Amino acid sequence: MIMDPACFKDPIGGPTRSLGELEAVARQVRFQLVQMSHRAGTPHLGSALSCVDILVAAYWTSLRVDPAQPNDPNRDRFILSKGHAASAWYAVLAKRGFFSPDWLETFARHGAPLAEQPAPGCAPGVELATGSLGHGLPVGLGMALSARLQGRDHRVVVCLSDGECNEGTVWEAAMFAAAQKLERLTVVIDYNKWQATGRSNEVMALPSLRDKWSAFGWEAHEVDGHDLAVLAGLLHQAADGSGRPRAIVAHTVKGKGVSFMEDDNNWHYRIPKAAEVEEAGRQLGVTV
Amino acid sequence: MRNAFAQQITQLAQQDPRVVVLSGDIGNRLFDDLKAKCPGRFFNCGVAEANMVGMAAGMAMTGLRPVCYTITPFLTYRCLEQIRVDVCYHHVPVVLVGTGSGLSYASLGATHHSCEEMGMLRTLPGLAVLAPADAWEVKAGLRAALAQDGPVYMRIGKKGEPAIHAAEPDLQLGRWIQLRDGADLCLFSTGTLLSVALAAADLLTAAGRTTAVYSCPSVKPLDESVLTEAASRFRVVATLEEHSLIGGFGSGVAEWWVDRPTPPAARLLRFGTRDEFLHLTCEQEEAREHFGLTASELARRLADAAG
Repeated sequence: MIMDPACFKDPIGGPTRSLGELEAVARQVRFQLVQMSHRAGTPHLGSALSCVDILVAAYWTSLRVDPAQPNDPNRDRFILSKGHAASAWYAVLAKRGFFSPDWLETFARHGAPLAEQPAPGCAPGVELATGSLGHGLPVGLGMALSARLQGRDHRVVVCLSDGECNEGTVWEAAMFAAAQKLERLTVVIDYNKWQATGRSNEVMALPSLRDKWSAFGWEAHEVDGHDLAVLAGLLHQAADGSGRPRAIVAHTVKGKGVSFMEDDNNWHYRIPKAAEVEEAGRQLGVTV
Repeated sequence: MRNAFAQQITQLAQQDPRVVVLSGDIGNRLFDDLKAKCPGRFFNCGVAEANMVGMAAGMAMTGLRPVCYTITPFLTYRCLEQIRVDVCYHHVPVVLVGTGSGLSYASLGATHHSCEEMGMLRTLPGLAVLAPADAWEVKAGLRAALAQDGPVYMRIGKKGEPAIHAAEPDLQLGRWIQLRDGADLCLFSTGTLLSVALAAADLLTAAGRTTAVYSCPSVKPLDESVLTEAASRFRVVATLEEHSLIGGFGSGVAEWWVDRPTPPAARLLRFGTRDEFLHLTCEQEEAREHFGLTASELARRLADAAG
């Protein structure tokens, strides 16, 4: 894919950032996730790390969502359907200015706003309480239909995990969205090849995910899910006029960014120790 | 009842542009008038009920008033988590209408029966549960449901249920409708068994035991003021429903009953279906007989209890 610099324009009129700047944002977010998991003793760090670039590309280059007006009815909607990776959503929203980064310090603490998995309306920018898989796409599809009925031109982007594609509701929604020609709906699958206790390609016959989405009537793409330029380009690309919703099968690495976590499914549940946090910081080029 | 539902939703949708109807591939021709009068606001969501309920939640979150309609077991048992998480956890105004509830589709087998769903749905925080008795209560119930800011589940029958009311009654959540007064017994009936309740009351009254009858479309919340009065005024209070004795309307009343600071002196009886799947090939009438839900059986057991 040819990288168009226009892809990096801030969708709500902020300063245009370079690819290098966005990559730095992603590294900072990743380090925050490691710290949050360590501080709060929360699992799913590998899952959170794998979707960081998808979220950064969406929030910094594509979604028309203004942190100053998080409830604007015309805003684009983003749903992190893989709610177990909520820390990534929170860290990205905080960095984008939806709420104070201080909130990340108390992540998952008693009485704090940010629960381990998102609760309804727990923070500005959190569009849906997720955590049970297979819910985000049907709800997002309802939002997209609702927008069309009410003459609003906003988009809906839903990020799914590959394990989540085990759920039948994903495919019910996929068929209905295609039948309704909802081209304002985009799905990004964080295809990190692991689900909680096994290889996602082995637990279920997932491959070829792109062919599946394509067969379900979607404009399906298969990309490197850590390539911000490619992700931005696709999230930016205008609909092709066929009415097909867009599916982006984003190949990712679970635990991305920290060598000893990458593609090691122990980090679905493991909590990093202090020395591991320090080492992660070194690798990510972010100082503690 | 389903015709009354279709008529009423067509009328209410014309008055409120936020109303949309989602059907799980049922209602062939039933919604033709709605489709003609409110183009673009009817969705046949296919045989994919869980997606339908999730979509309804997304629509309700973004300003619409969706009404989901399909056969009760498919709307409720199958979609319990969507109802719980997408609809109730977010407390959005989705109206869920289950048709063919209870034993309406007796002849189709237990896949199509719903004698347990109120037990599941009553426990969901913030979800109101309605069970109208006749076509008029369906119309009034739908009106009341769409006026709520939170979710409502309404279980209705199929078609041809006897009309009890002569016009749309004033139906409100947490309010029951008195149809007969009496001094000895009080019968609280929810859903389409109301005609059976009235016939049982006639038998009892003719035998010298005057029997009050209430239609109780609001299963959750209960009408606590009517219950409080009945618990002190009558010797025998009974509940009646085409639903299991586990978890339904009678259970709700019994829960309220034992939670009184002072136990009521009245005796509480509950009539409903037993803890079994119906394996008998039969129509609704015989299915009710199988579970003892007939006027004569009710009258006999109530007379026994009254002593």
